Order: sequence, then structure tokens, then C-alpha cells
Amino acid sequence: MSGRAPRPALRTPRPAGVGTAALALAVAAAVAAAPAVAEPIAIVGATVHVKPGQVVAGATVIVDGGKVTAVGVGVRPPAGARVIDGAGKVVTAGLIEPLSGVGLIGIDQEGPANDGRLGPRDEVHDDPVHAAYEARDGFDPRGVSVAVARAGGLTLVVAAPSGGLLAGQSAAWTLDGAIEPVRAPLAMHGQLGAGGGAAAGGSRGRAIALLREVLDDARAYGRDRAAFERNARRRMIADRLDLEALQPVLRGAVPLVVAVHAEADIRAALRVARDFRLRLVIAGGAEAWRVAPELARARVPVVLDPTDNLPRMLEAGDVRADAAAILARAGVAVAVSTLGKSAEARTLRQLAGVAVAGGLTWDQGLAAVTTVPATIYGLAGRGTVERGAIADLVVWSGDPLELTSAAEVVLIGGAIQPTVDHQTRLLERYRTLPPRP
Amino acid sequence: MRKALRTIVYNRTSMSTRRALTACAAVLVAAGPGCGERPAPATPRPPDEPKLDVVAPWIDTAGFQPRGVVPAALPLSAALENIAAPTVAIRGATILTATGRRIERGTIVLERGAITALGGAEVEVPFGARVVDGAGKFVTPGLIDTHSHLGVYAAPSSRAHNDGNEATKPVTARARAAYGYWPQDPQIARAVAGGVTAALILPGSANLIGGHGFTVAMRPGRTVDEVAFPGAPPTLKMACGENPKRVHGDKGGPSTRMGVYAAFRAAFHEAAAYAGKRAAHASARAQWEARRARAAELDARAPDGKKIAGEPAPEPPAIDLDLETLAAVLRGEVLVQVHCYRGDEMAHMIAIAKELGFTIRSFHHALEAYKIRDRLAAEGIAVNTWADWWGFKLEAYDGIPENAALVTEQGGRATIHSDSPIGIQRLNQEAAKALAAGRRAGVALDDDAALRWITAHPAWVLGIDTVTGTLEVGKRADVVLWSGPPFSVYTRAELVLVGGEIGFDRATGLRPSDHELGVGAVGGAP
Repeated sequence: MSGRAPRPALRTPRPAGVGTAALALAVAAAVAAAPAVAEPIAIVGATVHVKPGQVVAGATVIVDGGKVTAVGVGVRPPAGARVIDGAGKVVTAGLIEPLSGVGLIGIDQEGPANDGRLGPRDEVHDDPVHAAYEARDGFDPRGVSVAVARAGGLTLVVAAPSGGLLAGQSAAWTLDGAIEPVRAPLAMHGQLGAGGGAAAGGSRGRAIALLREVLDDARAYGRDRAAFERNARRRMIADRLDLEALQPVLRGAVPLVVAVHAEADIRAALRVARDFRLRLVIAGGAEAWRVAPELARARVPVVLDPTDNLPRMLEAGDVRADAAAILARAGVAVAVSTLGKSAEARTLRQLAGVAVAGGLTWDQGLAAVTTVPATIYGLAGRGTVERGAIADLVVWSGDPLELTSAAEVVLIGGAIQPTVDHQTRLLERYRTLPPRP
Repeated sequence: MRKALRTIVYNRTSMSTRRALTACAAVLVAAGPGCGERPAPATPRPPDEPKLDVVAPWIDTAGFQPRGVVPAALPLSAALENIAAPTVAIRGATILTATGRRIERGTIVLERGAITALGGAEVEVPFGARVVDGAGKFVTPGLIDTHSHLGVYAAPSSRAHNDGNEATKPVTARARAAYGYWPQDPQIARAVAGGVTAALILPGSANLIGGHGFTVAMRPGRTVDEVAFPGAPPTLKMACGENPKRVHGDKGGPSTRMGVYAAFRAAFHEAAAYAGKRAAHASARAQWEARRARAAELDARAPDGKKIAGEPAPEPPAIDLDLETLAAVLRGEVLVQVHCYRGDEMAHMIAIAKELGFTIRSFHHALEAYKIRDRLAAEGIAVNTWADWWGFKLEAYDGIPENAALVTEQGGRATIHSDSPIGIQRLNQEAAKALAAGRRAGVALDDDAALRWITAHPAWVLGIDTVTGTLEVGKRADVVLWSGPPFSVYTRAELVLVGGEIGFDRATGLRPSDHELGVGAVGGAP
């Protein structure tokens, strides 16, 4: 398991043998398909989940200038608005995936198409700290997984790296091909437990000790950068850019999202967070339900995959299918996630549905993929269809958490998104087979 | 040893006599008894000849073969009888049979491990039956997963539990998933709770020919024979494409797809040659046995008590367990299961199977099946795929959610498989997604067609469709009672009957494996 140094996204995938004319056509087509924000949009007569717990039947949503300008029953579409018939449809905020590989991972097992999974150790520095790595540098807004995820009703992902003790910093990115992220760096990501221990070259406890050491180094560095530059500091276990990247974490400006599963490790993470005054978020959290009251008291949210009900980890075997419900009942903010997957991102709403089947209320299920992730990362104006919200929203054929429903119209920043992706093109090509020779 | 014996034999049978005897035996083999009498000795024995009573014995090499008794293969009908199973009747449920028949407010009766009655409210419930109220609920056949590594990659995940890939050489046809299967894997009970009543446990895809699959009745057990699906036919796992290349490329190959298919062809050519040697030996041995029998007959009748010198049995070819397995494939005794993603590669496998003279039962994963669905339907090869997994590697790049639907539309046989201890817990949800994608693409599919993807069709892939996979009187009591429509995300299995026994009852909860007992919430820790 050798790690890879982060690499910038300089790929320009282009079909081999495409001539200039064809390329010009393709560019023209892309421009034509590019969403136009100009005209207002009215979704009329839909069941609108303004936010979890607030549902209005037969409502109209007006989108203008990239925002929701009105929502309610009897709202009249403005002149010149593009009207979408919402009869029998359900409107929710676009889904937000709180831990995603979308845009970072094109093909999981192909190194050049994967900027999400860093090795446990950095090839260059041979240490488990990649704090300076920014997902922003690897994110491909035109990546193959972006449009497929969007077709599943996702409008924003937290593109997060994984690997090592500290994997680096995530970026919040809308799935409309935007060149720039909504925010980056968004959060620091890392792991404890057996994975963190392996990266740290030892046990799970070694991972905790190393995390404290790195944070302590970063704090010392932040207090006197000049001393570091004069080489008048004791040896530090992380590089300068890593120490720099940890400053916002120490200030509490960005959360530290830690993949951690065993109760003991979660409690240790809580102690580290208290000692360094960090904004902690638990990811995975197989045994987090056992620490539910403490997590609620410390206002530490949990990002989890509710299908992960197997005692797979030797160190964290006390796993149960109703963990999300136990956490929510205790007052913990629960977000649902594929935990870093890319190709499977579109299953996010199924995961929310599974959490509901496992005991979350339906509103908690919707919140787990809309408002809760927005709150965890401080993404103001996202995750709801309230007046004034950024118009990232989805018109569904039915219950968005239900397997047979589909995202029919996806709006990001008020713009209707194209529904073409690698898979729809393949379907088109092979819907009818050529005659056999 | 045998040679030495022969040299000290005092040979009282001349060469010509021996030749006559051999010819006589050959006639015996061809036409049965009736060979002539022993020829008279050519010359009288000299009186001073030493009296050595050593005669070459009839050395039977079969005596050096393993002596274990192979248990008689059970007939599939053994899956239909379970005297320990309780009598259960579910009433008032919507029954989806996977035969096209749908019964509203139906009744199903299960006795001694089989379905004994199926119909509407008029069906009588036997005395003493456990009656389950199914009002507002749904009944389906037990779900069947054609591709699982439960037990061979057991939880907790550990090197100690990696028993699914004998990745030491590209052809390990001799390996058996049953030997890697841990019947106390905690994942088993969770799969049952997802409505799964049978599965094909396969070796992984590291090798070209990974070994025998293991068809299980989905329930924990003490030993594998307790959980084997009674009478299920043998299966063999093969894999093409990236995985064998990746695993073996750096240790002797194959390292390319050229090498992959060359190795498949070479393995089956070798198996065919081996089968030829075995047949030649069998024939030679039959002749030897006939000669031995005839000699015994003549010896018994010899007035002078003299015996005819024996011959060693023809030497059998060395047993090769890999080639034994492949020879069985060539004889059509094994259901061949091939892991293959790309359409062009499936076509290679079909061509190789035709060249070597075997049939492929089904392709697994088969994300590009939709591209060659005309061929697959024409060949009668089933397609096991996912609803929406794709893109994790290059050969999986062209997967589309309409795959199963398009294969079905073509008249092919599709299944939704899991290849995952998580996915196996919700095959019904995966089928629902594939169904919805197909309908959106304009494929006319009813719910029963999608139900067959996870019941009747997988039963066919495993060769157990005559006893399970549908709800019909006389079939095995593999039955699930669902809390609601099986294709809803909110629906959960409430009662799962595996061969008539209660595999899961939501009222009593998950049965912990031995490994979990007393530890953790599921294990009942205080």
C-alpha cells in the first residue's frame, strides 16, 4: 500500500481521434447545454418540503436570480417564467452528500482517475499526515461521476479525501460543472481506529497519540512561525504546509471530521476535541450509538451509512441497524452518507430511506441528506426550499426516499441541469441493438 | 516392487499360453464368457525341477487408491422434506408467487418443509398450525443470491477470515468454497433477516478458475453439511478480465487478456487429454479385470492346482484434482459460473466454451450484458448483475441501471445478485431500483418479472429451480413475509422460513452467531 502524492487535476479527457470540427461542435453543444440562469422558473402545484417537517401541498415555488423567491399555495408565477408542472410531484432541497468521492474519484481502482484515496503514508514525506492536501486541487467538475450523482438528486457534495491519519481538506462543490467550489477548504478530514493506527505505524492508541502530537505541533507553530523559520523549534512531525493547514482547525473555524468506529476511540476523539477546543464530527461511527448522550452534550454530529450493520471491525463489533435512530433520539445531529463513495453517490436517498426504515422519522431522514449536512459544514442558504434559499432543488416523481421515484428536474443555483451523462448516452446507443452480421 | 516379483516367478506358463489367455480375455471382454479350455503343456515337466510355489499375483492398483466412501449425492427432492419444520399458515397477505400469479388476501400453508396449500381465504388451515396474520403484508418466495462470499470472507474482516481466494496459481479448480465457509459467520443471520433463503457461495475472482461454489440454505450451522442446500448440483467459478491479470500478472501470469484466454483454452485442452487418459485406463482396466476373472476361473478348475501367473493392473494416470473438476465440466456435470464484465469478453468465453465443448450457465456482474443481450438470450446464458454498481474499475465503466431490464426485454434470464454482505440484505431494494430504471427506459415489466430476478431466475442459475424459487404447492418452504410491498425502501422482512424452519422472526430479533454471544447488543450483552 504505497501512497500517492496529491496531483493537480490537469486532465483534459478527450476522445481519441476527434477532429477539430467535431471538437468545435462538441464545444458548441456544451455551451448550448450550459444552464442559463436568466429566466425565472415556477414549479406549480407540487408537494413542497420547504424544510424537514414543513410540507406544503399544492404549492408553487418561484426561482429567480438563483434563489427561491417565493414558495406557497396560490403564489402566481411571474411574467415570462418557465413553468414546470408540479402536479403529483414532490419538491425538496437538492441532496447534500456530506462525505463524498464524487469529482475526486472517476474510477476507484485507477490511480490517475482517483484523487480521493491517499495512501496511508505520503510517498514524498513518508508520514501519515497529509493535512495540506486540498480536495480542491483534485476535484474534476466534469468528472464522470458528477453528472451521474446529479441524476440521483444530489446537488452538492463535500468532496473529501481519505487515507492516512490526516487525509487533508475537503471542498464543498455544486454538481453543475462549476469551476470554483462553494467553499474550500471546508473541513479537515482524518481517521482514528485501526486505519489511523496502521497509518501511524502502530496501534489505535498510537493514532490518538500522533494526532495529539500533530495538533500540539500545529499549535506551537501557529504561536511562533518565526521560530519555526529560524529552525529554532524542536523537530516537528509534520511539514510546514500541514501545520499551516491545521490552523483553521485549531481556531475552530473548520470542523475536524474523523472516521472513527470503536467506542474507546470515539471517547478518545471527544477528549482530544475538548483539549484542543476543536469542532469535531464523527464519520462512520459504528459504535457511536453507545456514546450518544456524550455526543449530544458535546454537540458532535455523526455522519453515517445506515446500511453498515455488520460486525466487520474487530475493534468495533457492537454494530446495530438502528444506530441512527438511537443517536437521533439522544439529540445527536445525524447525517447520512455513502462515506466517500463516488460511483454509488446516487444511492444516497436510498440510504436515507433505509435509515427511516431503521427508525428515523421521515423528516429526520430528509434532514440527514439536506439540512444536517448544511449545518455541519456551515453552508448557509442551502438544504431548504425556504424563501431566500439558494435554489438547489429537485422535482421528484414521488417520495424522494423511495426506490421507484426519480429526480425529474434538478436545479442548481436556479438553473435547470442537463440530464445527459455517460450512462444515458450508453442507453441511447444500445436501446436498440444493431442487426447481427 | 512389482517388477521384482515378476522376475522370481517360476514361470510355468509359456509365452504362447499367455498370449492365448490374453486373447481369450479380450474375447471375454467383448463377447462375454465362452473362451476355450487351457492349452495342454507343450512338454512334460522334468522331474528334477525345483518345487517353487511362487506365482505372480494379480496386483490391483485400486488397492492403493483412497478408501474413503463418497457419500451418495442427495437427490434434489431431499430439499423438500424436513420433519423438524413446524406447520405454518400465513393468511390474508398479498402473495406474489414469481410464476406470474398474484393472490390477494391469500393463504399459504407450509408443512414438513414444503408448501402444501396455496390459494385464497378458502384454503383450510391444518390443525395445530402456527397461524400468522398477513393482512396488509406481502408474501414472496425466499430470495436467492447467485453471488455471495459470505462465510468465505466472514466478519469480522481479518486475514484470518480471508478464505475465498486461493490466489496461489491461476487454476485452482480443485478448491472448494465449502471448505472456506464458516457457518457461524455473523453475516449469515443478517442475510436471512433480509429475506434470503439460499445463495451460491463462490470463490473470489483472483483466479481464472477459482474452484467449486457452495450452494447453501441460508442459515447458520455447526458444520457445512448442515447448511448445504440438499441435492444442489455442483458449480464452478471462473473469472476473466482485470482481476486474474492483476493478481497473477506479477507471479507467472497471465498478465494480459491474451494470456487469460490462452490459459482457459490450455486448461480445458489439458482436461480433455486427461479425460482421454482416464478413459483409456478404464478400458485397459476392464480388460485386465476380465483376464483376472477368467484366470481365477481356470485356476479353480486346474487339476494340478497350478495357478496362472498374474499381471499387475494397468497403471492408472496420476489423479489431478483440478483436471478431474474440469473433466466433469466437459461432461456437462457442473454449472459453470463466469465472472465477466465486458461484452466482448463474454463473447470470448462463449466461443471458448463452444470450442472446448462445455456450456456456461451464467455470467456474473456482466455490466455490459445489455450490449450483447441478443447473443446471451440466444445462448440461454443467464446474467447476474447489480442494479446500479458501476465505475469502480475500467471494465465496469459502462454499467447502466437498465441492464437487467434490457436483458429481460430480450428474452434473456437476468438476476440481481449482491457480491456484498450489505447488498445481500436488501436484494428486494436492488431489484426495485433496476425495475424502476427499466420502466423509465420504456421496458414493459411487471412486478413479478422483477421478483423473478431475485427468486426464480437465481434458482435456475443454481440448478435448484425445480424445488425452490417460486411459490407453488409441492415446492420447498422458502418463504418471506414482508411488512409491506417488497419493492419499497420502508419494507422489511418480518418472517423468513428457510426450508420450513423459522430462519428469522422480527418479533424475536436477530439470532446472534456463536461469535457474538455475550458480546455487544446483538449478542445479548447486559
